[in-house]
Amino acid sequence: MAGQLSIAKALNEALRKSLENDPKTLLMGEDIGKLGGVFRITDGLQKDFGDDRVIDTPLAESGIMGTAIGLALRGYRPVVEIQFDGFVYPAFDQIVSQLAKMHSRALGHVKMPVTVRIPYAGGIGAVEHHSESHEAYFAHTAGLRVVSPSNAHDAYWMLRQAIESDDPVIFLEPKRRYWDKGEVGDSAGLSLHEARVVRQGADATLIAYGPMVKVCLEAAAAAEEDGRSLEVVDLRSLSPVDFDALEQSVKRTGRGIVVHEAPVFMGMGAELAARLTERCFYHLEAPVLRVGGYHAPYPPSRVEEAFLPDLDRVLDAVDRALAF
Amino acid sequence: MTVKSTARARKKAAPGVPDNLRNKGKDAQPELVQLLTPEGERVENPEFPLVITPEELRALYRDLVLVRRFDAEATSLQRQGELGLWASLLGQEAAQVGSGRAMRPGDYAFPTYREHGVAWCRDVDPLNLLGMFRGVNHGGWDPNEKNFHLYTIVIGAQTLHATGYAMGITKDGTDDAVIAYFGDGASSQGDVSEAFTFASVYNSPVVFFCQNNQWAISEPTTVQTRIPLYRRALGFGFPGVRVDGNDVLACLAVTRWALDHARSGNGPVLIEAFTYRMGAHTTSDDPTRYRPTEETEAWKAKDPITRLKAYLDREGLADEAFFAGIEAESEELGLRVREGVRSMPDPDPTLIFDHVYAEPHALVEEERAEYEAYAASFEGGENN
Repeated sequence: MAGQLSIAKALNEALRKSLENDPKTLLMGEDIGKLGGVFRITDGLQKDFGDDRVIDTPLAESGIMGTAIGLALRGYRPVVEIQFDGFVYPAFDQIVSQLAKMHSRALGHVKMPVTVRIPYAGGIGAVEHHSESHEAYFAHTAGLRVVSPSNAHDAYWMLRQAIESDDPVIFLEPKRRYWDKGEVGDSAGLSLHEARVVRQGADATLIAYGPMVKVCLEAAAAAEEDGRSLEVVDLRSLSPVDFDALEQSVKRTGRGIVVHEAPVFMGMGAELAARLTERCFYHLEAPVLRVGGYHAPYPPSRVEEAFLPDLDRVLDAVDRALAF
Repeated sequence: MTVKSTARARKKAAPGVPDNLRNKGKDAQPELVQLLTPEGERVENPEFPLVITPEELRALYRDLVLVRRFDAEATSLQRQGELGLWASLLGQEAAQVGSGRAMRPGDYAFPTYREHGVAWCRDVDPLNLLGMFRGVNHGGWDPNEKNFHLYTIVIGAQTLHATGYAMGITKDGTDDAVIAYFGDGASSQGDVSEAFTFASVYNSPVVFFCQNNQWAISEPTTVQTRIPLYRRALGFGFPGVRVDGNDVLACLAVTRWALDHARSGNGPVLIEAFTYRMGAHTTSDDPTRYRPTEETEAWKAKDPITRLKAYLDREGLADEAFFAGIEAESEELGLRVREGVRSMPDPDPTLIFDHVYAEPHALVEEERAEYEAYAASFEGGENN
């Protein structure tokens, strides 16, 4: 794809391509038609594909998910947009008890090729319920696949792969990065669930996904000035996790630091730290550390910078890891 | 006027319920479509005419009896420890057989966990239904084989699946239709309201079939609603009908009408089948704690099978040989179900890992391998 695309535009192009490729693909959500979605991710798609395939739904998230399940049972491939992270909870039963379990309880007789797109995480100065990182709920649920791109290339290719998957995929879009631009290559390069080493280093491994990859890259660049060599792994997939890639990296550097916006307690970092400790025990120079949000409701936007991991908090954790 | 009666008068005149929607006395039932009285007399309803042959009447009778026999056998199997739980349909046979037989082969049913009679009409093997109650699977039949979805246990969730499926029918341009089954308790669920909304605004070919069996475990319908449930449809912009749920002919005629209404592009219909749960909610329930015996006794007089038999007898539409034949068939069914359940094998524990995903998932594969290695470590060992 020629030139630089924003993540938002890359997602839009991926949806367009998916609609072109498969007449059974449908988009459903609130305000995704004429408005093009509150973030304009579906901009122009209803005009080009009709309101029969790009469907403005009633304002009822459980209803959106439940009817998407019914459409999937009828042979359709729905791509659902949840308008904001904090609005997904009314659909929680339909996602966790219905969507995630349907293939299993039917002993494989039916498939649930449903993609649930959710703009997630903070950093945009939003009001309450518009900045949440709830990936752990979904990753904890067997039957769901959970992924989160951090750049335009992955946004395009991972969304296409997610839509082509015969399993339900929770597709978490880092909303504060929507306008970041990057090249979109001609092929995916990786399968949906592989991690990518985005910067090589020797002293410690920073593990991040979605919005925090950029923060970690900035931290690694700053650390380099202090003579520290940090590796950065973009996890990309939160279920399943590419533990082999993480293990390889952490065994080499001897230190792992997981960075995410979600609260640390019971977050992705807890699972990653536990598994890396099991896999890399004799290679570790320090415990696997975690940098993330606090065990508190996402704060008012005037203080969200204190809640969100930033370059300094990441470097602070690097200092602690190296001090062991 | 005593204080007590004043209080009652006030309660009757509770604000918020428009006068035309309030029951005006204990005999004031909303209009109930009935084609066969509890005494087995045929009555006509000009809005829901039903032309039916003696052969079809006998077939309905056979359905009702066999479904009840199957259900009784399942209850016994639970008592014998062969099933972990059973949700009996006793008393609701007519609502299920009437609506089930109204469906065409291309139509699709989304059941709760009590629709054994509908499953029967869709030709689902009764043993399939028992697997989940025995604990060997969570359903597991192929829903598309008989257009009968898996049982749904989270109350009301399936009404949205039914609506989505119906939205798909509209997109496909076929004239199939869907029935979403649910109960009086489910009518309070948000999902059911959302299903009504989606079906209404997309004009989807779905019939919402509510079996109002008067009880949601221990809660009477007065805990769920202040107006008759079928009138809820009005607020969503589609028709609602209350039918005698113990009258198989009325259920057949009304559901057939509703499905045709839906499949012809007129949108959804709500049917409230007014019936009664003669048994417990499930085998784990004890209705003597909350339900007056007199009420159950009163509903016995409205039994769906007794009234159809009375009609067949009165009109001379079936002879003794027919009834004896059905009796023999029902014993055979009981035996087949009994033996089928007792010989149902437990699944291999690795079933846990099968079908979690349609495509390979690294963690599931890793944990499967771990489990298999662990299990193998006992083979030939002292624990074996």
